[in-house]
Amino acid sequence: MADEVKLYAAAPSPYVFRAKLALSIKGVKFEYINEDLGNKSAELLKYNPVHKKVPVLVHNGNAISESLVIVEYIDEVWKGVPILPQDPYEKAIARFWAKFIDDKCIPTAFKAFGSNGDEQVVTEAREQLQILENELKVKGTKFFGGDNINLVDIAGSVIAYWVGIFQDATGLELITKEKFPKITVWAEDFVNLEVVNQALPPREDLVAFFKKMFGKA
Amino acid sequence: MAKQEEVILLDFWGSMYGMRVRIALAEKGVSYEYKDEDLRNKSHLLLDMNPVHKKIPVLIHNGQPICESNIILEYIDEKWKDKSPLLPCDAHGKARARFWADFIDKKVFQNIRTLLYTPKGEKHEAARKDLIDSLKVIEEELGDKPYFGGESFGYVDVCLIPFYTRFHAYETYGELNIEQECPKLIVWAKICIQKHESVSNVLPESLKIHGLVQQLRKIRGVDE
Repeated sequence: MADEVKLYAAAPSPYVFRAKLALSIKGVKFEYINEDLGNKSAELLKYNPVHKKVPVLVHNGNAISESLVIVEYIDEVWKGVPILPQDPYEKAIARFWAKFIDDKCIPTAFKAFGSNGDEQVVTEAREQLQILENELKVKGTKFFGGDNINLVDIAGSVIAYWVGIFQDATGLELITKEKFPKITVWAEDFVNLEVVNQALPPREDLVAFFKKMFGKA
Repeated sequence: MAKQEEVILLDFWGSMYGMRVRIALAEKGVSYEYKDEDLRNKSHLLLDMNPVHKKIPVLIHNGQPICESNIILEYIDEKWKDKSPLLPCDAHGKARARFWADFIDKKVFQNIRTLLYTPKGEKHEAARKDLIDSLKVIEEELGDKPYFGGESFGYVDVCLIPFYTRFHAYETYGELNIEQECPKLIVWAKICIQKHESVSNVLPESLKIHGLVQQLRKIRGVDE
């Protein structure tokens, strides 16, 4: 029996991208359902009644919400290219860094971009990114996953691609090559991977969207 | 001959996050060395093992540190898989459990912090309302099942049960009577405590916790 896979999505969302990328990595055929977040569909509200957010993955009628939960689900259901390490300790480390990106990097970066250059807010965002920069330095590998991308790289796609878009949209240069040499190279390598590149939404659309969102349009 | 496992837990007796780990280790029958941290004077070991957050709990297994309570729970479940599975076997069941653990962290535990350690005002009131709404969502998810996972005590139960220790504090400092707002959750909590030694042995007495909350409120300048 064929698998029915649907992804309730919205192009500008970096969280949606995580799910989309994971499905692409595994070569899963899925239906991409574009949501108007100002007018959410009845299906979305049915499948994610708690948060009413995208992304939601619906696999043979079963709904899964929260982007990192979705990515782990995809990794478990569809074998092939692994997204999480097999070793329990390495898995715990990957989850730790994915959580760090979500809990620390993203909220502080968002605040910085919305802050009109408030020095304290920008410094705090850079402090969290510095921790990530150090981790890349210590690892000494191309990606957080080593030679290939893993959960952390996927979680970090918001930093690799979206932060650059936020920078264009707001004029705030949060990440520079001088301040974050490792992150800069990692981001370029990540975005240039074929599977990533093909899945990323076009830059211009996103810059226009986020200019509006940050009140700079 | 079996390899000697060295398991150390860096923790603080009153921490709800730490309690999760202690319950999981007890469920699995794992022997470990418990080290209680003075959170105002953290040990070199803690700072070494969790340099990023400098927080407890940290599980150190054969010298390797694992941080963040839910991540530790999954690690424990995988390493000691022969007894008391915490997560279901199927991928969808796991995803549901992880979803609810994330909800508990963001919508219950964080609001508890604000409720107990913020002076009365807008922020306090918003947290109180959000906490009640969130507990009701959780209560609905529990439904008529004995445990969140169904028939067996599992991951989501372990994540949530430590909230019960602050029962009196919610009433004293948050004017929140959980029994009134979410009676099913109280029934569930009492079942967890009565039927699981892992829970009853780990959860500190609520009076002791109440004293801790009082002390922390003074230290943080919420109360005189």
